[in-house]
This record gives sequence, C-alpha cells and structure tokens, in this order.
Amino acid sequence: MMPILARWTVLPAGLATAVLALAADNAIDAGHSTIVATLTQMNVPLDAAFSRFSGTIVYDAMHPEAARAAIDVEVGSLDLGDESYNAEVRKAAWLDSAHFPQASFRSTAIKSGGADHFEATGTLSIKGKSQLITVTIAVQRTARSSAFDGSFELYRKTFAVGDPDWDKVLDDKVRVRFHLLVDNPTATAPAQISRS
Amino acid sequence: MTTAYTRTAVALHWIIAALVITAISLGWVMADLEFSPLKLRLFNWHKWIGVTVLALMVLRSLWRLTHPPPAPLPMPAWQRLSGQAIHGLFYLMLLAQPLTGWMYSNAEGVPVVYLGLFPLPNLVEKDKAFGAFVKELHVAGGWVLAVIIGLHLLAAIKHHFFDRDDTLRRMLRWRTG
Repeated sequence: MMPILARWTVLPAGLATAVLALAADNAIDAGHSTIVATLTQMNVPLDAAFSRFSGTIVYDAMHPEAARAAIDVEVGSLDLGDESYNAEVRKAAWLDSAHFPQASFRSTAIKSGGADHFEATGTLSIKGKSQLITVTIAVQRTARSSAFDGSFELYRKTFAVGDPDWDKVLDDKVRVRFHLLVDNPTATAPAQISRS
Repeated sequence: MTTAYTRTAVALHWIIAALVITAISLGWVMADLEFSPLKLRLFNWHKWIGVTVLALMVLRSLWRLTHPPPAPLPMPAWQRLSGQAIHGLFYLMLLAQPLTGWMYSNAEGVPVVYLGLFPLPNLVEKDKAFGAFVKELHVAGGWVLAVIIGLHLLAAIKHHFFDRDDTLRRMLRWRTG
C-alpha cells in the first residue's frame, strides 16, 4: 500500500516538488516515531526503546542527494522494561547519561537509491566517541508526512559502553532500528486539492 | 493389577524431582539478587529448566494415561484420598508453573530462548500489567509447589519408616520385562 502511495505523491511532479521544497526543514514527530535498540543477552534479544529524542530530517524526493538529518537522543530515556536495568545502563560504565546525556547522528553524505530509499552516511556519537556509519533508509511518503525507516548495527565497546563483567552475557553487537515520522504541514492542502 | 511402576515412570519421577527442586532453589536465590550478570544467567538457567520440566511433564502425562500406575497400597481412605489429591495437584502445578513463568517472561518483553539456542514462540505480547499479574501467579505457584513437595516427602518418610510399607520402595525400583 505504501509504495503505491509514495508513487502517487511523486507523480504530479511539478506540484509535489514545489510543495515539498516548501516543507523543507521538518522536525521529527517524536510522538509517532520510535528508536529501539535490540541488545542480545545469552542469545535472547531484548528490545529497549528511547522515549525522548528530537531532530530534523530534510528530504526532497527530487533532490534526495541534498537530504540531511540531525538527530539527538536522550540516552537516559532508554527503557529496558525494568527500572533496575534502566538505572544500571545509565551508570558511568554504560551510557554515563550524567556526563553524556545525548547521543547524536549528523549526516555528512547522502546517496540516492531511487524513489523509495537512500543511503545516509554520517557521524554517530555516543558517550563522547564518534564513528562514521552508513544507513540505508526507506522513505514512505504520504501527503501529510514522510516516514523514514532503517536499522544499523553498532558495537557498544566502540563507544566504551559496558562493564567487562557483562561481556560473557551481553553481546557487543547492538542493533538499532528507527521509524522517524516527519510532518509535511505545507504539503497537506495541495495534496487534498489533487485528490479531489 | 500390577504392583510396580514402569522404568519410564520411575525415571521421569526422579528426573523431574531433581529439576523442580533446582528450579525452585534458583528462583528463590535469583529473585533477590542485585542486577548483575549472574542474575541474568540464573534467570536463563531457571527458564531452561522450566521448559525442560514442561516438556517432560507432557510426556509423563501421556505416559501415565497409557500406562496406569500400580494400585494404591492398603491404607486408610483419608490417606489414599489426600495422596491422590496431592498427586493431582502436582500434575496441575508442574504443567502450569512453567507456563506462567514463560508468560511472565514474554509479558516483560523477554522471549525465551531454550538453552540459548532455540527461540520459543511468545505465548503473550509484551504487557506490563499482565506481567505483574502473572508474576504473582508464578511466585504463588512456587510456594504451592514447595508446600506439596514437603507434604509428599513427609508422607514418603511416614510410609517408609513408620508404616514400613512399600510406598517409597516401589518408586526406587521398576517393573522388569
């Protein structure tokens, strides 16, 4: 259903481009977005969601290579489903949220992959350490909003996250997946016109 | 009517007894531990033992349905009836207890991966409120099991040392041929 919608919005190209260009610097709608880290302990996958994050994703379907993304995540908002677990991962040996309250991603290069996805390369910073990562992001666009979905793997030890005592029960590898929704307020009205 | 248990019935009894006592002991210890790698490890072992007990109890129930146990030894009716009630409760609890534990884990958002190798299906969706409820059930079930294990042990000792009958002995040997 979504690819059809995406095509439908891209087809009236002239109109859509003009509108979407206006809808440029859009803020992530955190209430309708999710960022989930999947940890693996003794081969058991554990999903932990961040509840507080913010940022902007600028994306124009006609000029995807000009897209850019800036996302900040409050690491203290990670919820592993149990308060004692949450308190543990906020400690200095883990995410050290007292000294490094935010993790961030800043795109540095975008490679278009066609109408419905692109590759974003950028700097991932966690606990004061940075790494360049490349993420494939799927775009689903409706008249009202654009949804950006993707996932990537990171190795927590790269960012000095975790106590060595845990290495035998907790994998180094962490998968992060995200669903980020960005409203296109100025796109709403013309889309309704083209639909009628 | 036979007077002996089958070898399979005797083996299942003792294997499940050892697993259940280990699981209850682990459960007792791990629940009060501080959050630590050891705690996670014990939780996993506890779950694996529970899943093993569930599988063996399904086998055991089928075995019992197809291989009737020996007739009860002569004893007062109240002892025979309470013995039967406790045995019925054992079957119920040993099937239910692993299931409430499994549901508790799933409701907390944690899948059960048997032996760290085989991911088992989630019985329930992640649901905090249901998790808290089923946790109470699981803890209460642990107490019920501890109590009936105690009664079962006391009854075995009474039959063996005071009544000097064959109750305990026939669980220590099996039907041949």
